[in-house]
Amino acid sequence: MSGGVFTLVRRELQLVWAERGGGAIALIFFVIVASLFPFAVGPEPQVLLRIASGIIWVSALLACLLSLERLFQPDAEDGTLEQLVVSGQSLEAVAIAKLIAHWLTTALPLVMLTPITAAMLGAPVDLWGALLLGLVLGTPALSAIGAVAAALTVGVRRGGVLISLLVLPLAVPTLIFGVGVADPLAGASALRWLAATTLLALAVSPFAAAAGLRAAME
Amino acid sequence: MSEFFAMGGYAAFVWTAYAAAAIGLAGLGFASWRRMRALERKADSLRAERRAERGRA
Amino acid sequence: MHRFANPARFLRIARAVQPWTAAATLIAFAFGLYYALVASPIDYLQRDTVRIMYVHVPAAWLALGAYATIAVASLVSIVWRHPLADVCARAAAPIGATFTAICLITGSFWGKPTWGTWWQWDARMTSVLVLLFVYLGYMALWSAFDDRQRAARAAAILALVGAINLPIIKFSVDWWNTLHQPASVFRSGGSTIHPAMLTPLLIMALAYLLFFVTTLLMRMRAELAAQRLEVAAERRALALEGAE
Repeated sequence: MSGGVFTLVRRELQLVWAERGGGAIALIFFVIVASLFPFAVGPEPQVLLRIASGIIWVSALLACLLSLERLFQPDAEDGTLEQLVVSGQSLEAVAIAKLIAHWLTTALPLVMLTPITAAMLGAPVDLWGALLLGLVLGTPALSAIGAVAAALTVGVRRGGVLISLLVLPLAVPTLIFGVGVADPLAGASALRWLAATTLLALAVSPFAAAAGLRAAME
Repeated sequence: MSEFFAMGGYAAFVWTAYAAAAIGLAGLGFASWRRMRALERKADSLRAERRAERGRA
Repeated sequence: MHRFANPARFLRIARAVQPWTAAATLIAFAFGLYYALVASPIDYLQRDTVRIMYVHVPAAWLALGAYATIAVASLVSIVWRHPLADVCARAAAPIGATFTAICLITGSFWGKPTWGTWWQWDARMTSVLVLLFVYLGYMALWSAFDDRQRAARAAAILALVGAINLPIIKFSVDWWNTLHQPASVFRSGGSTIHPAMLTPLLIMALAYLLFFVTTLLMRMRAELAAQRLEVAAERRALALEGAE
């Protein structure tokens, strides 16, 4: 089965690569949303410094939501999903592959842009490490939850808004622990709980997403 | 008696809270009851219609 | 299990039971309100505002209880494909959401005289707020599909994913709260409740529970009637097609 997932992931990456600018929208959105906050709360360094991790996390969360509506939709529409099932791929493998691809193409680039947004918001350099670690450990959970929401809502009109409504409450623990990694006192505790939350999300997501796809295909 | 309504000076808070709860529950209860009556009536009359049709056929 | 699978049998039982639960609800509220507003002591610090606890805390309990109902019904739906399970889950959601809203609003009025602000980001209120969002998402998912079967499947999966997530959300919110407000403990008169305050609390909780059951029965009956109408409409459409 791991061979199957690998091929599926490679296919996903090829599709995103062929799309050219599609993946960049999330990155641009991330930076724009992060830069809205200085306009909203004022440019004082002390204020921005205090809320920098929070701003980056919320912006990253919102940017990750953008590409979820198209996660399963194209393959469901043109029959690729059914073909994959007929050819012996399990829907769980498809879900895992989509999850990994989403993380590689949306979340990981975001994380790599974080030093830039962190610098913009005046976050001290010694915070960057904790911030990056939190994002790297936490964003897979966002992809996992997003994949479930996307699978449940395949084919729904204006599905993107519904996906956001479903994902955001479920993403609260990841958000809390992810930002908490940068906390001087509770950072270690946050890291542990963040890892646990992500592991649980990764464990449950493929099965829930596959069940959702099955319901969509019936 | 007026002491009861005054609620030790906190009348606005206590009575508004109770009113909010009452409106919420009564509103939901009434709306649910009305919906049930309307739909069940329609479904029952539809079934009576079909029975009449089958009786004629 | 399958004795109750037949909607007609459920409807017979529901129609018979409902007047009794409705009556019990009113009686429970009568007693509960008497104890809550008249026959219970005031709090040393919070004075009469502690009476708000009697409408606030049971709402929180039932908000969770309604979700537990949805989660169990969703599990039954997925494992046994019991048709009434989906009806039950869908019917329970608006009731749970209403309890959640009542909890938040009454909590706001309880907190204002004590803390000075209309909203307090303490652990319970924040968790209940997230629970409200979960309820709204669940209800939105049900409404997103024309196909009832698809909606039921998707909603059941979401409910179970939410059920797994809720303890984690509660834990993370508690963790977050101690991180940012280490000193605050939002309780009435300390960590143990005065026994004279327990009576109105439990009676009101019972009243809320009976209200939940009564309203659930009404909404399930409405849901089943709506299904019958849908089936009849489909049949009519097919008959018209056949006649052409």
